[in-house]
Amino acid sequence: MRAAGDLVARMQMAKAMKIGDAKKYVAERLGVSIADLTDPIIMTEVRNDLKLGTLHAGARSAKGIEAKHNIAELLDLDINCVRNFKSNTTR
Amino acid sequence: MSKIFSRYGDGTPFETTEKELMEDLVAGTQDAAERGKIDPLSQDDLDHIADIMKCRYTAVGVDPGYECVLTYDGAPIKLIRTNVNVDRLQALQIYEKLMGADTLEMGFVDYSYKPIKHIVTYEQPLMEQALLSTTAPIIYGAQPNLGLYSQPDGPFPNPAELLPAGRIAEAKESYEKAVEEAVRDMVYVASAMYESGADGIILDTVGAAGDADALAGLKTAQILKAKYPDISIEMGMAGEFVLGMHGSLEFEGVRLAGLYNHQMLELAEQVGVDIFGTVMNTNTTESAAWNLARAITFTKSCTDIAKIPIHANMGMGVGGVTVNDHTPIDITSKASKAMVEVCRLDGL
Repeated sequence: MRAAGDLVARMQMAKAMKIGDAKKYVAERLGVSIADLTDPIIMTEVRNDLKLGTLHAGARSAKGIEAKHNIAELLDLDINCVRNFKSNTTR
Repeated sequence: MSKIFSRYGDGTPFETTEKELMEDLVAGTQDAAERGKIDPLSQDDLDHIADIMKCRYTAVGVDPGYECVLTYDGAPIKLIRTNVNVDRLQALQIYEKLMGADTLEMGFVDYSYKPIKHIVTYEQPLMEQALLSTTAPIIYGAQPNLGLYSQPDGPFPNPAELLPAGRIAEAKESYEKAVEEAVRDMVYVASAMYESGADGIILDTVGAAGDADALAGLKTAQILKAKYPDISIEMGMAGEFVLGMHGSLEFEGVRLAGLYNHQMLELAEQVGVDIFGTVMNTNTTESAAWNLARAITFTKSCTDIAKIPIHANMGMGVGGVTVNDHTPIDITSKASKAMVEVCRLDGL
């Protein structure tokens, strides 16, 4: 969460991607270089801009499930708890 | 020639020479190669590990480009065990917000699927609340722990008592019944936690009670993947090979007794496991160099053939790390760096 480890982990978990493929996929989706993925300064800016949640989330920033909605859309993932959230907030 | 700081597998510090260090590395890789019938490490790999072991820094990290993902072993349980008085939801927030964890793992204090079955209705709302307030993926983890299915803790006669008495057939039957019961419990709990939104399920310490335990883990993964094709499953091993406590159990025609991690990996891939956790045991009376070369040789036999991510277990007596509750940062970081760089690991 200091940089992009959680996003790379999601690709490993959801698609069984090896580390190189997972980093490449996330970097392309975020519009950054692979080296940027491990830089906490760059990634904090990127995460703030894209509302992906940050380590120390300030007022009105995307947090928790809010950030995961954006992560699901950006990485084109069907995140389990986001699906549950949508199901429980739709009548 | 300057002395090199090192440790034995029990953590005891000692000084060694460059020549002795390389001798230990060679002996370690040869031991693994002979036991596992796998390739030993190349001289280049041994030289690279030697360079890391000779480094005088207390803590080291991987070279740029080798950064990998970290998963954790029963994360909140570690805080509770060390008398940090927070509930599990706060523990996960601490891991994410203060430690910057890549992934979170929620586990019950009795980290086995059997006892969780009775309280899973309390685990589900907690998982659901944790998922609302955290961003990193949350995995729910526990062990098959087949030991809990034999008397006096469970319903079936105890194979550890039957085997010494020569009652082999009864012991085998007990293991077989335990597998059926354990699979039912694991599928029940994992299904509940997945339906509550968990990002993944960890079948941890698979094979701890031998081949029956390994069979239960594989069968559970197979059933869960058929039931929920999108479920993410991480399977972590208990040791470097599967003990043949039953001896004749097979999965899809493969005898489980005596399988090393690279052979279990192939079965795990067959049932759709997404991440495989390797475990290599540390010998307390051998040097860190011997243990590390040995652990890396076994692990590399997995990463060389893996189609799925490999997360090596590192720490507290596995992966070339010393057998201590609080492992020294020198050997922990050097072993991790060497393991990641030589094996090109996907995670730890």
